[in-house]
Amino acid sequence: MMIQQLSVFLENRAGQLSSVTELLAQNHVDMQALNIAETADYGVLRLIVDMPQRAAGLLRENGFIVRETPVVLIPVSDKPGGLNAVLNTIAAANIDIEYMYSGMGQKNGLAYMIFRVSEPEKLDSVLSGLF
Amino acid sequence: MERYYQPEIETASREQILAWQNERLVKQVRHVWDNVPYYRKKMEEKGLTPDDIRGVEDLRKLPFLSKDDLRDAYPYGLLAKPLKDCVRIQSTSGTTGRRVVAFYTQHDIDLWEDCCARAIVAAGGTSEDVCHVSYGYGLFTGGPGLNGGSHRVGCLTLPMSSGNTDRQLQFMVDLGSTILCCTPSYAAYLAESIHERGLRDQIKLKAGIFGAEAWSEEMRRDIEAKLGIKAYDIYGLTETSGPGVAFECSEQTGMHINEDHFIAEIIDPDTGEVLPEGSKGELVFTSITKEAFPLLRYRTRDICVLSRKPCSCGRTHVKMSKPMGRSDDMLIVKGVNVFPSQIETVLLEQGYPANYQIVVDRVNNSDTLEVMVEMTPENFSDSLGKITEMEKGLVAALKAMLGIYAKVRLVAPKSITRSEGKAVRVIDKRKI
Repeated sequence: MMIQQLSVFLENRAGQLSSVTELLAQNHVDMQALNIAETADYGVLRLIVDMPQRAAGLLRENGFIVRETPVVLIPVSDKPGGLNAVLNTIAAANIDIEYMYSGMGQKNGLAYMIFRVSEPEKLDSVLSGLF
Repeated sequence: MERYYQPEIETASREQILAWQNERLVKQVRHVWDNVPYYRKKMEEKGLTPDDIRGVEDLRKLPFLSKDDLRDAYPYGLLAKPLKDCVRIQSTSGTTGRRVVAFYTQHDIDLWEDCCARAIVAAGGTSEDVCHVSYGYGLFTGGPGLNGGSHRVGCLTLPMSSGNTDRQLQFMVDLGSTILCCTPSYAAYLAESIHERGLRDQIKLKAGIFGAEAWSEEMRRDIEAKLGIKAYDIYGLTETSGPGVAFECSEQTGMHINEDHFIAEIIDPDTGEVLPEGSKGELVFTSITKEAFPLLRYRTRDICVLSRKPCSCGRTHVKMSKPMGRSDDMLIVKGVNVFPSQIETVLLEQGYPANYQIVVDRVNNSDTLEVMVEMTPENFSDSLGKITEMEKGLVAALKAMLGIYAKVRLVAPKSITRSEGKAVRVIDKRKI
């Protein structure tokens, strides 16, 4: 399933991340997945939330730099080889993965993973046959 | 006993120095009037002809030259000799508008090297010495200037240039370098390396000639103690020739200006008015012997004080204090001239906002330059690779513009300090 990911620029300073989570908490935005890629000076916070548009607006109003990116949410069977099956399918379709991370929680034996790929629509259609 | 490279000049009476200055200034003004239309026009605008300049007391009538003039006249507008008579250029870093390109005839090179030779002899140099020149060679004046001076003194000259510390130390040990010429920060770095590697007993250094950047008395004492040498300051700028315009003697209380080649004035940087002797103000130089690039009343933007107090070394030429600051926004980082406007130009070209902050510091006796740049929605990406690639592009563009490495630090939007609506562009944390 294709969804919108929010990426937020964060300086590596104390309190930067909590200022984001505080803002989202106050506005009852539910965070479903989170990942941070960082250098020594700054980080890129990647967020999956229940109300991406609203959250992006709130963050921008509060001076954050936010980018919306389409990513693919993939349910992965939570047992040995589950992720491997998905990755094999992606590799067979010749799709490059830029980065990936896992979502929070698990439902009905399925874990959820977020994939940022070069061709999200293609990945979405490739995987629709898998489940 | 004090030794001199040119005793009859360096210890000449005040009257004799003034007589040289009077004669050479009159001749130089005529030379410039005849050969530099750019300056002639400036004189004409003030209603002056060469006949109005009969000696040093008339100097203050002449118009100033500034870095802006060098930009306007780039590259040949201030040249006073045909190119066929010129044998060399030297240049400062920076791009058009900020880069200084100076021309030399063989005569100009000779006089410049004499000035550097005076500095080397004042530091105790003789033909017995091994002179280790670790200033950069090339367009930068440091290497070529001291190299030439060292030849004149007859030292065995090691044209090391800067960098490659392992090789520097190896030559220093193997060839028994006795005089080290480099920037004070590199001297401190070498001193530290020598100390760390336990080479103190294997080096024969006795003196150092360190210039091209500001350094404190504390740093001097530190280098002197670590290397067991006497450390001497030297001053100069590409516009006037290079190092050797002024140099320190054994008294180490200021730098003697080579007044037979340069007339120094101290002015109020705001009004341009000449200040009485002993006042703190902007240093202005008039080259009275240079043929190819003879700048009259060039504003250095360096703030200092001149002193005519008799010197125990016996030299009679006026002494200038270490520069105490600048009357413009130029920074000297690792001996390289850096203008905030150059950094601004690069940021705009690379698609970053012109809201930036430059942080200069000195870490382990070496200058560091950091440029804080605010992230923008356009430059931001969910991919760290894309951001770091842009960052690398910016670092490379800054290096190309400035000639030195500047660390880029991407910061959150609107996070750069603004005081009373005006951004603070430069934070210089160096304690000099």
